[in-house]
Formats: sequence, structure tokens, C-alpha cells
Amino acid sequence: MSSTSIYEVFAKALALPLSEVSDVLAYNTISQWDSTAHLGLVAEIEETYQILLEMDDILELSSVAKAKEILLRYDVTV
Amino acid sequence: MIEKTQELFSRTDYVHTLLGMPVYDSLQAQKEEVFLSLIKNLTNHHFDCCDRYRRVLKSQQLASPQEIQNIAHLDDVPFVSVNLFKHFTLKSVAESDVVKLLYSSGTTSQQKSRVYLDKDTAQLQSKVLMRIMQSFVGKQRLPMLIADMPLSEGNTTDDGYTARGAGIQGLAFLGHHHTYLLDRNMQLNLDGLRAFAATYGQQPVLLFGFTWVLWSKVILSLEEKQVSFSFPKGVLLHSGGWKKLRSVAVDNPTFNSHVINRLGTQKIHNFYGMAEQVGSVYVGCELGYLHCPSTADIIVRHVQTLQPAELGEPGIIQVLSLLPLSYPGHSLLTEDLGRIIGVDDCRCGRRGKYFEVLGRLPKSELRGCSDTL
Repeated sequence: MSSTSIYEVFAKALALPLSEVSDVLAYNTISQWDSTAHLGLVAEIEETYQILLEMDDILELSSVAKAKEILLRYDVTV
Repeated sequence: MIEKTQELFSRTDYVHTLLGMPVYDSLQAQKEEVFLSLIKNLTNHHFDCCDRYRRVLKSQQLASPQEIQNIAHLDDVPFVSVNLFKHFTLKSVAESDVVKLLYSSGTTSQQKSRVYLDKDTAQLQSKVLMRIMQSFVGKQRLPMLIADMPLSEGNTTDDGYTARGAGIQGLAFLGHHHTYLLDRNMQLNLDGLRAFAATYGQQPVLLFGFTWVLWSKVILSLEEKQVSFSFPKGVLLHSGGWKKLRSVAVDNPTFNSHVINRLGTQKIHNFYGMAEQVGSVYVGCELGYLHCPSTADIIVRHVQTLQPAELGEPGIIQVLSLLPLSYPGHSLLTEDLGRIIGVDDCRCGRRGKYFEVLGRLPKSELRGCSDTL
């Protein structure tokens, strides 16, 4: 279990100020979250919560809100 | 004004249908029935949404959606030369919907292809690529070695990705804890390889690289340093053409035996695909033949007449892919020569057409039908 918030994970992985991370933040809408950054984001999420995402989940992970929804299935409290 | 026929084409239904098709299970006749209907809808979609493509089709005597719907055989689906993407901006979506631009260098020309991807197309490409590759490497993501430099160090351009960068990125989702085997100067990262081997050497791992880079930068370097590794449960996927390897007299069996020697990996799959049709890959089976997945197909055409060749006869490869929604690249005449080995009867058990690539078409023989626009 980890107490790191999903917002902090996104901020770190995408090099964004925490204040710019919210549930509506979506893939490919900002230059910091392009497909290259997506790989780093997945690695950061996996490292933080000690999980391994399934391939389909990586492709579905298209917003912060969606990430929360996906992580619930891995029994991660975010 | 052009009459729009958007009703023919519901993206949601279309994508749902594509993702529901088993990758290699359908007999060719069954596959073609579905495939033909889908590719006609896709052709109509691009006819509607891309002015330049519509002009190309009209020059090929396909002047209306009705005429496209009347096409009765896969052989008769219109195709354009892959070179068209080097000379023209071809897209079927608004500029504001483009999320990614791919550049392909193409080996026979300085001019680069530009491929415009929207969100749906990019996601569809990734999903289909995953489904195809999973049938070879399994559903679990594996620790992964990438025979290239890290993406952050190169393989991108100012406003897009090179085909190599896009390829690495597409495949990287199959793995985790990626180790890149080359540094930014394309020199072997032996320490990284050693660390990876120490941690993951005895478990299933995935290796990916472009054939020539893997050969010249990894395998030859390991030979020079007289170092070998053992990844007995590894699977190697590699792609990118044999032109340079043929020039140094390395064929597929030679390549494989050197890989087995240096990396200890027996499962080696070459795959063929076009940067203009990312996601639609033709993976080599256990016997080394390239197989058409459910979402793509090939036709081999006579070099001179462009009529369909007989089974076993060499000719130019035409590639058909159901994935390109944002650009009219669903039916392309390549510059590659190949021949279809058989249909539905490969001893590996996969159905549909299987083939081999014989090399590049000599430049002097190019007869790009629609290349004159």
C-alpha cells in the first residue's frame, strides 16, 4: 500500500506542477503527456504502487480520472 | 457539393468489429467476405473525407460511393502507391484532430512519408498490434530489452516521430522495466545488458530491435567482445528489412544462428510491416513464413501489368489494412517484391495467406499507377 496520491504520480512522471494535475487532465491534450511520456507514466505508476498493469489498461489510461478507475481494479487506493 | 455518406460508416461499430475478430483463425474465404465489406466502407469513408484521395479514385474510374460498393473482389479494391504519402498531405480528418505525425524515411528516396494519426487511429493501431504480438509472446507483459537508444535520446523529430521511434514505442507496451541496449551514440550498453541478465536472465523476457541495428550494433559487438548471454526463455521480435543484411550476405537462418549463439534465445520472429500502416504487422511463424492477421491482407501483383499474380509467383506486394481511419493508406502498393507461399495450409496452423518478402523492387521498374498526380 502506498499513500502517494495519483496526482503526485502524474506530476512527477509528466514533469508538471501539482496544481496542473486534475481529474480532467487527458492524454495527448498537453505536450508533456504524449506517447513517449506515457511509457514513463506507466513505469512511474507501476513503481509507486508496486503493480503491473495489463496491456489493455495501458492503452485505456487516457486521463487522470480513468487512471483512478483502472487502479481500483488493482486494489490500489489513490 | 459532394454528397456525404457518413451514415455508411460508424467508427464505434467498425472498431468494435475489428477488435472482435480472432487474429489468425479464419479461412481465407470467410475472412475475405468480412474484410471486403469493411474495406469498401473504409474506402468510402476516405472518398468522402479526403479530397485528394477522391480525385485519385476518380482518375481510376471510381467516381461514386455506389461504384465502390459494387466492387466484388478484394483484387479490385483500389490501391495507391505508397509514394503518394511522400509527395502529398493526405488526411481524412481535420488538422485539429491530428494527435501524432509519423515520418518514414523510405530507403529509396530522400523524401519522407507523412502519416497523420487521430486519436482513434493511434489507439486502434496500438490495440491491434498488441493483439497480434500477444499471440506470439503471451498476454503477460515481460521484462524487455530494446536494441536501440532510449526514446528520450533520439528517434523523434521536431514535430513527430520517425518510423523507428514509433516502432519502439508501439512495441514497448508489451514490456516493462525496459533496458535499452544502445546509448545515444549507438554504442552497446554492456553494463545495462549484464544487469538485466542478472535480474531477469532465467525468466521469460522480450527482446525487440530493428533487424539491421540488432545485427550491426548488438550481435556484432558481442562477437567482437566475445561475450555471450543466456536468455533461454526469451522471445525476440525484429523487423525492418533485409536489404543491408543481404548486402553483407546474412540471411534469416544465419541471423538466427548468431542470435542463438550470443543471446541464447531460440524463439525468434521476424515481422514485416509498413510505417504507413502501423499496427498491421505480418509476423513470421515458427517456420519463418509471414502471416496475414485478420485486420490486414496482401495481394501480390505482376511487376509489369499489376495484375494479381498466381500463387507462388513473385511480384509487387500490395498491403491492405483496416486500421487507417485518419488517412487514406488502407490499400497501398509497396516497393517490395514478394510471393505468396500458400493459403490456409501453413504447417504452423495459422489460417489465411502466408508469404515471403524477396527484396526491394529495382527503382527502374517502378510503375506507380497513381503516382503521377
